[in-house]
Order: sequence, then C-alpha cells, then structure tokens
Amino acid sequence: MQDAISFTPQLAASPVTQILWLIPTLPIVASGLIALLKQPKRGAAAALSIGSLSLSLLLSLVAFSHVVAGWAHGAAVRETVNFTWLQFGISNVDLGWVLDPLSAVMLVMVSFVGLLIFIYSIGYMAHDENFTRFFCFLSLFAGAMLGVVISNSLLLLFMSWELVGLTSYLLIGFWYQKPSAAAAAKKAFLTTRVGDIFFLLGIVWLFAQTGTLLFYNHGAGSLEGWALAGLLAQPAALGLTAAGAIGLLIFAGAAGKSGQLPLHVWLPDAMEGPTPVSALIHAATMVAAGVYLIARVYPLVQAGALAGGTTAALTVVTWVGASTALFAALIAVAQNDIKRILAYSTISQLGYMMAGLGLGGVAVGMFHLITHAFFKALLFLGAGSVIHGCHEEQDVRRMGGLKAVMPRTFLTYAIGMLALCGFPLVFSGFWSKDGILEAAHHWSVAQAPFYMLVLGALLTAFYMTRQVSYVFFGAYRGHKQAHESPVVMTVPLAILAFFAIALGAIGTPAWPWFRAFLEGRAASFNLHSFVEPGLLALMTTSSLVVFLGLGLGWWIYGNKSPKAEAPDALEQAAPWIWAVLRDKFYVDEIYGFTVIAFYSWWARVADWFDRRVWGGVVAGVAWMFRLWAQLNRFLDTNVVDGTFDKGCEEISTSGGLLARIQNGRVQSYLRILALAVVALVAILIWSSRP
Amino acid sequence: MSLVFYLLSALAVAGALSAVLLKNTVHCALALTVAFAGLALLFLELDAQFAGFAQILVYIGAVAILIVFAILLTRGSETPKDGVYSRNWLAGLVIAAAVFAVLGWAVLQSAWTLPHETAVPAVTVHDIGVALVGRYVLPLEIVALLLTAATIGAVIVARHEKEEAK
Amino acid sequence: MTPLAGYLLVAALMFAIGLAGALTRRNAILVLIGIELMLNAANLNLIAFWRYSPHPEALTGMMFAIFSIAVAAAEAAVGLGLVISIHRHAHTTDLDHMNRMKG
Repeated sequence: MQDAISFTPQLAASPVTQILWLIPTLPIVASGLIALLKQPKRGAAAALSIGSLSLSLLLSLVAFSHVVAGWAHGAAVRETVNFTWLQFGISNVDLGWVLDPLSAVMLVMVSFVGLLIFIYSIGYMAHDENFTRFFCFLSLFAGAMLGVVISNSLLLLFMSWELVGLTSYLLIGFWYQKPSAAAAAKKAFLTTRVGDIFFLLGIVWLFAQTGTLLFYNHGAGSLEGWALAGLLAQPAALGLTAAGAIGLLIFAGAAGKSGQLPLHVWLPDAMEGPTPVSALIHAATMVAAGVYLIARVYPLVQAGALAGGTTAALTVVTWVGASTALFAALIAVAQNDIKRILAYSTISQLGYMMAGLGLGGVAVGMFHLITHAFFKALLFLGAGSVIHGCHEEQDVRRMGGLKAVMPRTFLTYAIGMLALCGFPLVFSGFWSKDGILEAAHHWSVAQAPFYMLVLGALLTAFYMTRQVSYVFFGAYRGHKQAHESPVVMTVPLAILAFFAIALGAIGTPAWPWFRAFLEGRAASFNLHSFVEPGLLALMTTSSLVVFLGLGLGWWIYGNKSPKAEAPDALEQAAPWIWAVLRDKFYVDEIYGFTVIAFYSWWARVADWFDRRVWGGVVAGVAWMFRLWAQLNRFLDTNVVDGTFDKGCEEISTSGGLLARIQNGRVQSYLRILALAVVALVAILIWSSRP
Repeated sequence: MSLVFYLLSALAVAGALSAVLLKNTVHCALALTVAFAGLALLFLELDAQFAGFAQILVYIGAVAILIVFAILLTRGSETPKDGVYSRNWLAGLVIAAAVFAVLGWAVLQSAWTLPHETAVPAVTVHDIGVALVGRYVLPLEIVALLLTAATIGAVIVARHEKEEAK
Repeated sequence: MTPLAGYLLVAALMFAIGLAGALTRRNAILVLIGIELMLNAANLNLIAFWRYSPHPEALTGMMFAIFSIAVAAAEAAVGLGLVISIHRHAHTTDLDHMNRMKG
C-alpha cells in the first residue's frame, strides 16, 4: 500500500492550464458544426472531427510536456483554474479544471487513441449512409470524455459523465432501426443510470459535508486536508466514516460506468454498436472513466488508512474488482461472437483495474488502464477489420484461416492478444498485470483476490487462444471470400500495436517511471529492483500461468477447424458448465425475474395510480369546476338575470299601472288633484299647530 | 247663531245637495238656482247687500239660465242609459268627504281665534262705487276685458263650424 | 262656536258638496254646476270673513267677492260653450266616454 500522495503546494496556473479548457471544447464545437451539415458532406464532417481532435491532441501533448518538465525539475505539478458558476445565498457552486500528472496522461491517451480510431472509422464507416451523424456523435463523445478528464469539480465531472453516457447511448443505438440495437442502447443507459443515482447521492452528501465540490482549491478543496479531516470525523452508518460512505457511493457510479459485477450487463449488449464505437467507448475510454474517477477521488476513498493498511471503501473496491475479473473471464470462455468475447474480456480487465486501485493504489490501477486502452482498442479494431473482411460476419465459428488472407490484421491482432494475456517481458500487458498481482500478493486483508486474479489470467490466456484459433487458424468456414482491409484501417492497427509493446517500458520495476511520475517522485533506472524478495518468483508464476493457458487453449482448439454447427470441444466435455457459462450465469434472466419484473409491476401500479387516483383527482377537480360553472350559470340566469328582468318587469308593470292615471278622463284628474290638495292642506295645518 | 242663519243655511245646503243628487239635469239646474238664492239671502244676512243682489242678478239671472240653455242644447234632459253617476263615484265621494274633513278640522282647530260679534259695517253703495273706480280700478278694467274676451270666446267656441276647415 | 265659524262650516259643506258633484256625476254640465257651487262657497267664505274682519270699511272682502262673481260668470259662459261644442262632436256629454286625451 503506497503512502498518501503529497504534492508540493499548488502552483499558480500557467498559460497551458489557462487554455486547458480548449481541449474538450474543440471537439464539442466541431460536433455542433457537423450537426449542421447535410449527410452527403462526408469530407467536411471527417475533416472537422479529425482536425479538432488533432488540435486537442496537440494541446494535450503540450500540457503533458509541461507537467513532465515540471516533474523533471522535481516539482510536482498540480495547477487548477477555478471559477464560480452559481451562487445561492452564501454558498457557491464552483467549477474548474486541473492539470496534474493523472489528468495529463489521461488526456494524451484519450486524444491519441481517439484520433487513431477516428481515422480508422473513415474506412470502416465508408459504406454507411449515416457517416456524418457518426462523426458528429464521435466528436461529441471525445469532447465529453476529455471534459471528464480535466474536471477539477465533481459537478463538472458529473455533467461530462452524463454527456459521455448520452453519447454512448446515441452510438450504441446508431443503427436504431435494428430493434436489438435500440434495446441495447436503452439497457446501457438505464443500467448506468442505476449507478449514477448513487453517484449523485455521493456528490450531494459531499457538498453538504464540505461545502465545496472542487477537488483542489489551494487547500480548501474537498480532497484536501481540512475537508478530509472533517469527513473522517463524521460517522456514517455501518461503522463507516462519511469519507468511506461517500467513496462507496461514488464507486457505485463508477461500477455502473465500468461494468463491475452487478451492473455489467449492459456492456456485452453494447456490442450492437459499430466496431469503432466498441473500440473507443467500450474498451479504451468510457469504461475507463469509472476507473479514472476512483483514481481521481482516491484521497477520499483512502482517507483514514494507516500506513500499510486499507480502508473499508478500498476493500469493497478490491473485492468487487476481483470478482468481476474472474466472473467475466469464465463467461468469455463460452462465447461465440468475436466482439462479445472481447466485451467480456473488457469487463474482466476492468475488474483487474479496480482491483489494482484497491490493492496497490492509483499508479497500479492507472498503468493497467493505459496499457489496456491501447491493446484493447487494437483488438477491437482488429476484430472490426476481420468483420469487415468477412463481409459483416461476426460468429467465430464461421471464420478461420484468415492468417493467410489478412496478414497485417493477423500480426497486429496477435500482438494485441499476447499483450492482453500478459505474455512475459515483451508486452506491456505483462508489466501492468504483474503490478496488480504483486499488490494482491502483498495485501494484508486476504489472499483470495490474488488467487482469483491468477485464475483470471489463466482463463484470459485460454479464451484468447480459443478466439485466435477459431478466427485465424484452421480452414475458412465462411460463405464469401474474405479480404484484407484497406490501409486507412490497418495503419492505426500498426500504431496501436507498437504502443502495446512499447508502453511496457515505462512500468517495469527496473524503471518505474509511470508510478514515479504520478506520485511526483524521482525515477531511476535500477536493475537491482528485480531482486526484491518475491518479485522474481511472482513474475515466474504469472509467466507460467500464461503459458499454461496458452498451451491449454492451443491443445484443445489448435489448428483444428470444427464445423460451425458442431458443438464446442469443451461443450462436449462438460455440457452443463458450458451452458451456464454461455448463458452468462443467467444474470440477465435473474434481473428480468426480479428487478425488471418488479419494475414493470411498479410501472403498472403507478400507471393505475396515475390514471385512477391522480386522474380521478383531476377529474374530480374538473367536475367540481363544471359544477361550480353550472351553479354560476344557474345563479346568473335565474338570480341575477332574473332579478334584473323581474325588476325591469316590475318597473314596466308599475309604469303601466301608473299610466292608468293618464286615462284621459277629466274627472279622475280632478279627483287626484283634490286628493293632493287635501293632503297638502292637512300637512300644512298639522305643521302649524301651536 | 241665530235661527235665521240655520234656516238659510239649511236652504242653501239642501239646494246644493239636490243639485248634485237629482237624476234629471234640469231639476239639478233648478235646485242650483235655489242654492244660489239661499246664498244670496245669506249674504243679505251678513250685511253684504250689494254682494247679495249682485249674486241674484248674475248667478240666478244669468248663470243658471245659461246652464238651462246648455242642458237643453245638449239634450241633457234625457236620462242617460248608464246612470247618472260615474263608475267610481265612491272614490269621488270619499275624496269630497276628506276635503270637508280637512276644512272642518281647520276651522274647528282655530275656532277660538276667530273674532266674535262685531259692529255692523256702515257701507253704502256710494262707498262701493268709489272703491271700484278708485282703489280697485285696475281689477275693474281687467275684469271688463276678461268679460269681453269670455263673451267673444264663448261665441266662437260654441257656434256652428263653417264648411271650410278651421 | 262663533258665528264666523258657523258660516265657514257651511261654506265648507257647500264646497264639499260641490266637489262631490263635480267628481261623481257623469254629465259634463253637472260638473260645471258643481264648480259653480264651489265658487259660491268660496264667495260665502269671503263675505263672512269681510263681515267679521277688524276693518270692514276697507271693503276688501266685498270687492274680492264681486270680482269673483264676475269671473265665475265669464268662466261659466266659456265652459258651457265648450260643453256644447264637444257635444256637437261626440254627440254625448258623458265624461266617462271622453278619454281622447288618454296617454
């Protein structure tokens, strides 16, 4: 367990940091512009998105070199630019961005891998009529992901997080006319939503406890000393502190986005989207956002740990990660769709990353994230090349023998596969996975995660060998003639393959540059570090495991080319186990039984309630209003009008009556005169009485 | 309140009542003459000789005759078929009674302020003549004018209309 | 009761009788007769008041009464002339039937 990272006090923002906001903004602006273009304008769309992302890459490299330069001079760079977004009463909601080693490496990785995939997409989506829309969404995604990376505020991160989720939905459901694609998009969105609810709770709680959502704010941020001390002092339920509870809530959000065990169900279905989408979003970047989030709030989840010890939150992270790694690896063994195998592999590797964060700290987990991004993107793009070359065929049982037909694809794919398996020494995957295994081995709480991860590595090697044998070896079992992909697709493959090998160099124990860079320490090349106790034994163990897996896989599936309809070799051996694995441990079915069934029942109840009760209330109010209106009309017609009419009638009648005095007869006039005189005289006499 | 007063009052009132109540219009006119006569005698009783004789001359001698002429010219002697009293005769009676009540009340109210016996005024015709052309010459002339106008007017009103439209 | 009051009461009685006649009889001439009676009653009032006034030698009451007689005569003439003229048009003197001024 590492020591808490301590950076030198925050430096003032340099010009690079001042313009850091451009990095996500450029692709988003490009996306907006592309949205205004008509569909046939493909050249303009591609130029806008690739151009904007290239600029972002350039800026990311400049920022990265700035941080490296600072590190080389012994300063641990962390520069922030914060501003107030909302003010209500006396509290503020601040947003901002941060440039430190963590965000710098992520920026470079996201923009570089993204750019390669963008270029690949030109070739892959060339025959699709919605080319422009694809690049619009891709650019939007790139901008949003970069926004997640540079956020210094949990709120800004959440906003970008949601935008990433939205673009994932749009891209998974890109071919929305296919019902399965639309359903998969909805499933992805809803499942990550479940995690996001807990995430939001965590944000609200953190804001309530510390009064700020900024990570670093010259000592006043929520991840800095004063706030953390306050969070540690506050007890929450179940023996956790507030820090631990908030950390777990945030982890729930990360678990949704990164496909950890209970919320992993959306990732395999997300393969309905186009392959570049799978490569970019569901292998390299978006799913890694959850891991990045935990790395970002690491001071929070680590708060309260004694030196060499761990916290409850980190323990949970570790167990979830390890379980996910093993679980997904088991399922991947029994899948037949080339992309699904890779999807479960991704879930498994995400488990490794989370376990690495929990067991070994930020550097361990992040290194695996970076290496995985490259070789998994490579594998997906290679799978896309294979699919493209086999005329949209995705079942591995209908492929085979493509080694001769698609040599460039085969070579790069093999490099990616060996990196994933963790083939010793040459490939980057070996070093990153080894870092996690080493941390697991030294974990003080239990040794079970270590065994789970080792078993996972074995299975990884096994199912990848199975996949490669099915696809590239043996005889071709497809229908149409396969062909190699165009250069615009194979060049990105080559570049990624190079990095899949080369990145290993920065993570070896001999020269732990990556770790040192992230932690702000000096790095030195020291071969003697190999002779640390247990390290060589561990490296040998993991190598043996890998060879065992490769050998088993080759022995069972080798150069054979079983017919597509024939059952798998393992299936024949153990049909029950095979069925369980192929049906993904029935997790989807369980969800269907429980959560979804409950939810539809609840939806029906709510609908009934809405229609009968609230609708009844509304109808009741409307009825009362109508009644009132009728009463008013009645009153108006009968009482008001009636009174008025009656009054007029009476006046008319009395007028008629009075008119009878004017009857034209003299005698009646006389009579009235006499009567009046009598009255007047009487009054006169009466009033003059003494 | 001497006996003469009572007798003369009874005569006048009886004449008046008959003038109002009788069915035959000519009898009413003749009863009116009796009422006029009673009044004239009352004037004489009140030592207003000139007024009394003027009453006899003018009223009995002219007005009553005029009324009889009018009755005859309008065939008033024939009894009308609807009766001599109007439809709402009771209302008229009541009103007349009310008038009498009010007047009587006024008189009786102030009876104690009215003067008692005074000396007989020494008034001669000479005095009346002197007053007429002296102090009251203006009313005299106006009355003369009035009588002229009335005469001419009555003639115009009552004569037969010529054929041409007037 | 003083003599004056007695005369006044008689005059009032005659006035009321004359009014009753004017108000209740159908024939227009009878109405004129009633009016004559009313005028005569007023004359009686005047003379009575003259007789019992403090200065009878001023002849005020007497003059009033004489002029009243003259005017009454003129009025009776015109009135009867009118009745005759109406009779010529309506062929009746029944007041109940004369309501052309109705309205």
